[in-house]
Amino acid sequence: MAKNIAIPFKGTAEQEAELRKVIAEHKADKGALMPILQKAQGIYGYLPVEVQKIIATEMDISMEKIYGVVTFYSQFSLYPKGEYTISVCLGTACYVKGSGDIYNKISEVLGIGGGETTADGKFTLVDCRCIGACGLAPVMTINDDVYGRLTVGEIEGILAKYKD
Amino acid sequence: MYRSHVLVCGGTGCTSSGSQAIIDKLNFEIAKNGLDKEIQVVKTGCHGLCALGPIMIIYPEGTFYSRVTENDVEEIVSEHLVKGRVVNRLVYDETVENGEVKSIQDTDFYRHQHRIALRNCGVINPENIEEYIGTRGYEALGKVLTEMTPEQVIDTILASGLRGRGGAGFPTGRKWQMARNFVQDGGQKYVCCNADEGDPGAFMDRSVLEGDPHVVLEAMAIAGYAIGASQGYIYVRAEYPIAVKRLEIAINQAHEYGLLGKDIFGTGFDFDIGLRLGAGAFVCGEETALMTSIEGNRGEPRPRPPFPAVKGLFARPTILNNVETYANVPQIILNGAEWFASMGTEKSKGTKVFALGGKINNTGLVEIPMGTTLRTIIEEIGGGIPNGKKFKAAQTGGPSGGCISPENLDVPIDYDNLLAIGSMMGSGGLIVMDEDNCMVDIAKFFLQFTVDESCGKCTPCRIGTRRLLEMLDKVTKGQATMEDLDKIEKLCYYIKENSLCGLGQTAPNPVLSTLRYFRDEYIAHVVDKTCPAGVCKDLLRYEIEKEKCIGCGMCARNCPANAITKTDYIAPGKKLPAMAIDPDKCVKCGACMDNCKFKAISKK
Repeated sequence: MAKNIAIPFKGTAEQEAELRKVIAEHKADKGALMPILQKAQGIYGYLPVEVQKIIATEMDISMEKIYGVVTFYSQFSLYPKGEYTISVCLGTACYVKGSGDIYNKISEVLGIGGGETTADGKFTLVDCRCIGACGLAPVMTINDDVYGRLTVGEIEGILAKYKD
Repeated sequence: MYRSHVLVCGGTGCTSSGSQAIIDKLNFEIAKNGLDKEIQVVKTGCHGLCALGPIMIIYPEGTFYSRVTENDVEEIVSEHLVKGRVVNRLVYDETVENGEVKSIQDTDFYRHQHRIALRNCGVINPENIEEYIGTRGYEALGKVLTEMTPEQVIDTILASGLRGRGGAGFPTGRKWQMARNFVQDGGQKYVCCNADEGDPGAFMDRSVLEGDPHVVLEAMAIAGYAIGASQGYIYVRAEYPIAVKRLEIAINQAHEYGLLGKDIFGTGFDFDIGLRLGAGAFVCGEETALMTSIEGNRGEPRPRPPFPAVKGLFARPTILNNVETYANVPQIILNGAEWFASMGTEKSKGTKVFALGGKINNTGLVEIPMGTTLRTIIEEIGGGIPNGKKFKAAQTGGPSGGCISPENLDVPIDYDNLLAIGSMMGSGGLIVMDEDNCMVDIAKFFLQFTVDESCGKCTPCRIGTRRLLEMLDKVTKGQATMEDLDKIEKLCYYIKENSLCGLGQTAPNPVLSTLRYFRDEYIAHVVDKTCPAGVCKDLLRYEIEKEKCIGCGMCARNCPANAITKTDYIAPGKKLPAMAIDPDKCVKCGACMDNCKFKAISKK
């Protein structure tokens, strides 16, 4: 299991108001749960039980069903992510060009495994399956920055840019 | 009227290598030179040649600049656009022959291609509906609504021989016919588009959505008319933010122009399209799982029958086609079924888009007539394997497909031939591997993917794939026996025959096909305990050739495990004692080999 820092839920009243507004807007749509969860994660950054409970009550859906959906899809997270999410592409094109070594190097430098966050809350490491930039393989993204044609030697320098 | 158009690729590949900054700089420089009334910058979709991105093409002359950077922009504007002089150092070298610049269409990369699904990609601005209309966009929808009956539309698609481009190759017309014929109560039917391109290494659909989003909307409306549906859904991966944004823009523009919504073309036909975002589950590319996901549930598949054409989304008759399949439809309506059927092989008509990736020079997107050989794709279009390495295998069909070995390079590619040689068309990912790739490792890689993505609903897939992975892991660690290879094969067939959906039924394919064509490599792992490609770490040994070692100590300084020490031996002609690696301490990271300037370290 991934180590995750236990952070108490710190949702604000504004966030809750925004969530309730989103639910009200979409409630009547067919199959509204997925878009609402996606927007909720956009508001809070993750989907803790507290947020799931609001959605369950407002939409009159059982917690069991919401928890089932949240845990099924890899993009939904029950835990907060670090300030920077490092996503290394392990799709086939990147893998055959050595992205596995890139991933291991980052894991070694930061001392965390996949899905884990560093103790200072700075970095989360995840793998992803193809962002479609196969021409640039191997590729990783750090939040919205894309790094292509990577070599293991570049990793420490790139990470250093985000450390302070 | 503009005297010149500068096309800059705004696809994911080129955007990742900085094309937006180039566009901003271009606009700035053009305005600075007072040319903004004469020259227009157009942000297009993908040109296909992602390896050379960011790509810029200047018309009317058609100069093809590759690997452009922000710093090149000033020179391009002042030299090319102001003075009319081509910036030779940036011109794609394949387009230069005997000092003359030839058309991009004559290069090896484009010469063999025939672009139908990709016809507008890289040509028009995907965020402007008028550019799509300017290339006969929405004309097919108009023709269908005003001149054809739904039955005629279906007959045309049937006669064209179009088969599903998502991988399985089911005849598209037959699917539509089933949904059309199912008149149960006059209630709602649905048209869905599968844009959940989960196959790693495949990005055809993304390029169509990014480069020509309206073609998908138009085709879905045509399908809606054909089967009698007024509502469509596009299920698109959330990992494709540019595609999602362009689809949103396209849907809004189509509404403004009355090409979606109520009473389209004044014919009384209503059709609307909603966008649904995936959330990172590979199994949602399976049709029943995709529909369950749109409904707001865990994306688990369900048994068929009933088929979606009878009972699909929200338990209503539904058709689901892939992005590339839809991209062919308007062209078939405009040019006729015979035109489309004249291309390709006997049972596979038209063209197929492949995403070329891996160990190949021209990584990117290519659209070729069915029946082209893999040799043409790799050696001519793809420009061969980098660094003079030897071709070992090409993988098609992703985690559901298999490997094509060198002896099958001349098989004409179509649905049936690929199945016969143990692979499959799949959605069109084509990953090339060279002698440095270990086939057991590749099989393990795909299986790891399936294990992660198995939804867990049925046991053969959930547990079977995991046991299979464990056995492959034994092989790569040198712990397996020959009986294990037999067990692996037996379990593969068991999983294939007993899994609920396509994910499990095809999951063992990468293992079976590598066992079939690269059995020697498995045996080398099992019997000789070696990995011929030098990939499987547990079977590797790094060694310092003491005769070549000058004793500089670079390797020891870079070793994270302190596994390298001095020996007593000084090679003839060298001044310092040679180094040696302690195999018990070595973690096989390869840092020593990377840092040795004298090539004295080898792995075996």
